[in-house]
Amino acid sequence: MLRYVIKRLLLLIPTLFGISVAVFGFLYLIPGDPAQAILGERATPEMLARLREEMGLNDPFWVQYGRFAGQLLRGELGRSLRSGLPVSRDIAVRLPATIELTFAAMLVAIPLGVLAGVIAAVRRRTILDYGVMAGSMVGVSMPIFWLGLVMMYYLAVDLKWLPPSGRLSVEYEAQVPFITGMYLVDTLLVGNLPAFVDAARHLVMPALALATIPAAFIARMTRSSLLEVLRQDYVRTARAKGLLERIVTLRHALPNAMLPVLTVTGLQVGSLLGGAVLTETIFSLNGVGRYIVDSISYRDYPAVQGAVFFVATLFVLTNLVVDLLYALVDPRIRYD
Amino acid sequence: MVKTWRRRLQALALVAVLAVLATACGAPAQPSGEGGGGSGGGEAGLPADTLVWGRGGDSVSLDPANVTDGESMKVTHQIYDTLVEFKEGKTEVEPWLATGWEVSDDGKVWTFHLRQGVTFHDGTPFNAEAVVFNFERWMKTDNPYRHEGENFEYYAYMFGGFDEESVIEKVEAVDEYTVRFTLREPLAPFLQNLAMPCFAIASPEAIKKYGADFGRNPVGTGPYKFVEWVPDQQIVLEAYDQWWGEPKPKMKRIVYKAIKDNSARLAELMAGTIDVMEDPNPADLPTIDTGQFDILYRDANNVGYLALNNDKEPFNDVRVRQAIAHAINKEELVKAFWGELGQAAKNPMPPAMWGYNDDIQDYEYDPERAKELLAEAGHPDGFQTELWTMPVPRPYMPQPEQIAEAIQQQLAAVGIQAEIVRHEWDVYLEKTGNGEHPMALLGWIGDNGDPDNFLYVLLDKDNARTPGAGNISFYRSEEVHQLLVRAQRTPDQAQRDQLYRQAQEIIHRDVPMIPLAHARSPIIVRKGVEGLVPSPLGSEKLHKVSVTR
Repeated sequence: MLRYVIKRLLLLIPTLFGISVAVFGFLYLIPGDPAQAILGERATPEMLARLREEMGLNDPFWVQYGRFAGQLLRGELGRSLRSGLPVSRDIAVRLPATIELTFAAMLVAIPLGVLAGVIAAVRRRTILDYGVMAGSMVGVSMPIFWLGLVMMYYLAVDLKWLPPSGRLSVEYEAQVPFITGMYLVDTLLVGNLPAFVDAARHLVMPALALATIPAAFIARMTRSSLLEVLRQDYVRTARAKGLLERIVTLRHALPNAMLPVLTVTGLQVGSLLGGAVLTETIFSLNGVGRYIVDSISYRDYPAVQGAVFFVATLFVLTNLVVDLLYALVDPRIRYD
Repeated sequence: MVKTWRRRLQALALVAVLAVLATACGAPAQPSGEGGGGSGGGEAGLPADTLVWGRGGDSVSLDPANVTDGESMKVTHQIYDTLVEFKEGKTEVEPWLATGWEVSDDGKVWTFHLRQGVTFHDGTPFNAEAVVFNFERWMKTDNPYRHEGENFEYYAYMFGGFDEESVIEKVEAVDEYTVRFTLREPLAPFLQNLAMPCFAIASPEAIKKYGADFGRNPVGTGPYKFVEWVPDQQIVLEAYDQWWGEPKPKMKRIVYKAIKDNSARLAELMAGTIDVMEDPNPADLPTIDTGQFDILYRDANNVGYLALNNDKEPFNDVRVRQAIAHAINKEELVKAFWGELGQAAKNPMPPAMWGYNDDIQDYEYDPERAKELLAEAGHPDGFQTELWTMPVPRPYMPQPEQIAEAIQQQLAAVGIQAEIVRHEWDVYLEKTGNGEHPMALLGWIGDNGDPDNFLYVLLDKDNARTPGAGNISFYRSEEVHQLLVRAQRTPDQAQRDQLYRQAQEIIHRDVPMIPLAHARSPIIVRKGVEGLVPSPLGSEKLHKVSVTR
């Protein structure tokens, strides 16, 4: 086990190196001149020249990459051109919103997906099964921005059940200090229940929108995995012992069926970060995803590079944790 | 061993799933409970003393001198005051922190008399020293209060550069309430420049205290003071009771909410969670319920145009340029692409600006006349050329590629075969600034409400120099140059007004480029919002605005 962990940790080094080259290289290859992009229509040649020099754009690729990599090794993500602040500080302010959103989405997606998957598998080839499968198909292919807007117009504008966007209503914003940056937590820490309810109400629609795709994936995975397990000998044995079908499925089959689901779920956490980009933009949440979108539209290259590297690293680490957990649960894995 | 591990993990998983289920069921239950608890609960609504302003993006920094984006200026405009201010809804200036001024005969020495008894939000007194402190920070690159990342780009744009390059040679405090600017050469738009929100006067003490973080801790003398900034979410301002101006701020608080998606912003307005929304999708305008909302318009302060490269054949022939002017059906283009927001342009500067020559008669749409002119110029069968188009929509050019295609068709009707050429935005700016194009679409958004900022930038021979030409038509009229330079050296606005009218006549005769359209921009407000007078310059002081719900 230890050897496996060490092996996986060592593998991080080339992975992160590859990510840093890719993140830097793609932006380097984009045609055009960041200095011109920053200064826009009004730039004079002198100003352009000065900014290019300041940004080190006249240096060869490897020198520029070296500077970027050096920063990363010192644990710095660079400095945003737009805000003038270190990218790490910009991210630190926005990460709690993303974590809160992602966590809420997983809280919706996992039980929903597992439940739907189990129902589909147990009631195989019935209308329930077809319903779940069709629903998950729709879920997987649903564009988040569209779903978000539909929910917003229906639930917020028409029915006025939920606030349309943002994280807190204007009247509560002043009452909640920045402690963890996660409003659900902060409101409880200061014991402001109305603000907590308000924050939760704000989180419902974005979390549902973001949960759609992972819930659908988890449902499909749970179904197929459970079906496979239900065909196995030990399940037949359990049945032969005269156990209730419910107990066979839930107690004996489901835990084993959950192994591949765990992997899928881990991968989904990664892709949630991608979904969060859209969700945060639609629902005006001040998270890391929206930061990247905004930085791209402002052509804030250091911010894009820093933030994308950060998110990619997060993704890699999540997968690592999932793999290690998986190895822990299933001893066969570590002999690979 | 393995077995116990698995047990433990299963137990853990079960607990987790239960916890998850409990929370997941709990969270959505709350809102439905609330929504059900009061069907009138939807109108929990906004505090009565707060104006909530919805906009498409967050501010970058609240140090106005160090940003160039409109979203920052909108907010700093409330926190700070400038020496002079634009009249409400207009482009002319009026006294503000300066109550009056004199200018020397040679136009180089400006003396301003400052308002007395004004204090910054932190209690620092406003006086001549404060003005000097701010200007020296912007103009001198070795100033100790210039921090890393502070470029003061707009200072360089408007005053020619820093240190020796700056038009302003020095700024001195003559006495406590008199400040004197000495210019290296006359600069007629000087007052207009000083009225720009970016040259607002900040508290010297706050700049010293906060250092590089000043942009997050703004302190000015304006009608509203800064309270809180949640990045990408909202900025909260509160009325400054000791503000010197009249009337005192009507609302106790202003909240600027950043809602990036245009449709989401409209949903917020309709749900009643914001009072004002900027930049709706033009397509949504007809769907706005005018019983509940009013649509206000900021007059255009921009121009979208088709540059004809006067350096290249056959555009060096005025008859060819006139032919193109006759060949393009502007009204059709505006109707199709700008819709309600557009107005066909006949001059290279917008109609809302002083100095605009409304007597000019535009070239009418007349393809037959265009063909005659082409034949006279020696192109009876037309010619082949390229039409460059920008890749990104701008207010003055909402759908550049489609606009280019429409122009391509209109030109083809008179025999001009134009191939459409596209480049990345920054490449496009670079190449057109180098004069590599024959015909190119581009535009300009005004900075300071001065005609010089359009005519000199876009059409003076001084700006027809590569690289980075502002005059990408490469029009070099000595006549126009003389008028524009004289206008720059004349401090008297009535005289300048006349000079700009004359310049527009010559430009119209020479057709160096085809002005296509000016675009105004809509602001949707809910009924009950009073006192908002849209400014063509894109940001309004909000102390007169009130809202009743």
